[in-house]
Amino acid sequence: MENQALLERFQNYVDAENKIEAKDWMPDGYRKTLVRQIAQHAHSEVVGMLPEGNWITRAPSLRRKTILISKVQDEAGHGLYLYSACETLGVDRDTLIEELLSGKAKYSSIFNYPTVSWADIGAIGWLVDGAAIVNQVSLQRTSYGPYSRAMVRICKEESFHQRQGYEIMIALAKNGNEAQKKMAQEAFNRWWWPSLMMFGPSDAASAHSGQNMAWKIKRHGNDELRQKFVDMTVPQAEYLGLTIPDKDLKWNEATGHYDFGEIDWTEFNEVVKGNGPCNKQRLQTRNKAHDEGAWVREAAMAYARKQQERQAVSAA
Amino acid sequence: MTNQAYYTYLLRLADDNLILGQRLSEWCGHGPILEEDIALSNIALDYIGQSTNIYKQLASLSNDGRDEDAIALTRMESEYVNALMLELPNGDYAVTIARQYYYSSFYLLYLDHLKTSSDVFLSGFAEKSIKEVKYHLQHATDWMLRLGDGTPESHSRLQHAVNGLWPYLGELFNDDELDVEAANEGWGTSREALRTAWTDRLNAVFAEAGLTVPSEAWYHSGGRKGRHTEHMGFLLAEMQFLQRAFPGAKW
Repeated sequence: MENQALLERFQNYVDAENKIEAKDWMPDGYRKTLVRQIAQHAHSEVVGMLPEGNWITRAPSLRRKTILISKVQDEAGHGLYLYSACETLGVDRDTLIEELLSGKAKYSSIFNYPTVSWADIGAIGWLVDGAAIVNQVSLQRTSYGPYSRAMVRICKEESFHQRQGYEIMIALAKNGNEAQKKMAQEAFNRWWWPSLMMFGPSDAASAHSGQNMAWKIKRHGNDELRQKFVDMTVPQAEYLGLTIPDKDLKWNEATGHYDFGEIDWTEFNEVVKGNGPCNKQRLQTRNKAHDEGAWVREAAMAYARKQQERQAVSAA
Repeated sequence: MTNQAYYTYLLRLADDNLILGQRLSEWCGHGPILEEDIALSNIALDYIGQSTNIYKQLASLSNDGRDEDAIALTRMESEYVNALMLELPNGDYAVTIARQYYYSSFYLLYLDHLKTSSDVFLSGFAEKSIKEVKYHLQHATDWMLRLGDGTPESHSRLQHAVNGLWPYLGELFNDDELDVEAANEGWGTSREALRTAWTDRLNAVFAEAGLTVPSEAWYHSGGRKGRHTEHMGFLLAEMQFLQRAFPGAKW
């Protein structure tokens, strides 16, 4: 059993808004939760490259192609520094990637939906990155220092991602022709509900919420963040002239927030379980890249070893 | 120089870079290791960026209402004038790296000569692009050594790759009437003139990587005249899809 005095000291330290650093003592549960959460976040960045990468070769203009490649490239970068943040907690990247590829580790379910039109690229930037920002702005104040600092850096790039998504939607929904407007509305219909699901189950049903809030890993509840996202996004949708695919959505004067309809948690749970439209496809794609890259990584390691040996010989 | 000659000269340069950038961007999300997803995306961005600069210049030259996207993304296949090697499928990582090595080691020399072009646009373009291409060549060379001198499998894959691409190199170095005219008038450069320096570097890198230099002299050509491989149609079908499905739409 962990020393009660240590636990109390840790809690007081966190309560005083101090950041926990890699070498500090921390409860096993705290470490475990962080590894799981940061790894899931890293995996989400890496798997998230696929739905958007799907449109790189078909991007409609040189400018859009350039922006999209940069964005997907940023996601690879985010994956890298999140894996590094995880390594500060004692779990190496190869182990984490193995867990992703075997299906043991989870990643954000949103990436198990397909990008079927160019407008989906706009909708992902606007809604998915928008939801991610709401979450990540909150995580900038998370109690684990390396994660918090990674979030500060990532948020800066995410806001560029969100803007480019919204800009695509403006071009389609506001300034586009009829076909483009239709494309935009259809994409919005596809991505609206899954975006709301990104905040996870309602706090009442969330398995980890209580302890994570106490440890200040999590700073805000799922429902609070979801509401914030809805309040922020509805006026943006209205500006675009898009219809929100929720007949229950209306402004509530008394609460100062938008009320919205019930999320289909059955769908959410099915996608989490592996039954989303692209779960298998995404993992197969990652596994294929990993397997086909094995000989390249082996060659790089073999070469590095040879170089070291040569240096040792020439130094002797 | 005639306007037509200058236009075609720029178009070749732009198409080379666009088509290679398009191919490299296919790796994004599928690389052997995350660092390479980032590196190849970077390189793809550089090529596409360079081509964009030229297409913009072409749009202002022709002044016929077509913007850079219309030029880059709506021509017929026979109107693209890139070298054939650049449109070939990526293959495995050895093929991609071999092509990167062949092309960037050629292109760096080419730009280095183009720096002294009497044409302000071309000399400026070369000056600006050289910094990027130096990095591309460094990246490709590092991987030529890692793969060539890595494991038996990587060595054999790379040797296979350099052999397979070899018959497409001649086109990069071939001076046709346009190259001769451009070189003689001082606004372009001879490709053939770069061959010795290129071969010297190649021999050194191949020796260090333990690779055998192919010796076949015959080569494929046709790209500069718009005669492409069977792969080009599919590349364009993807790249042009939205422009063709929604003519005139803004994105």
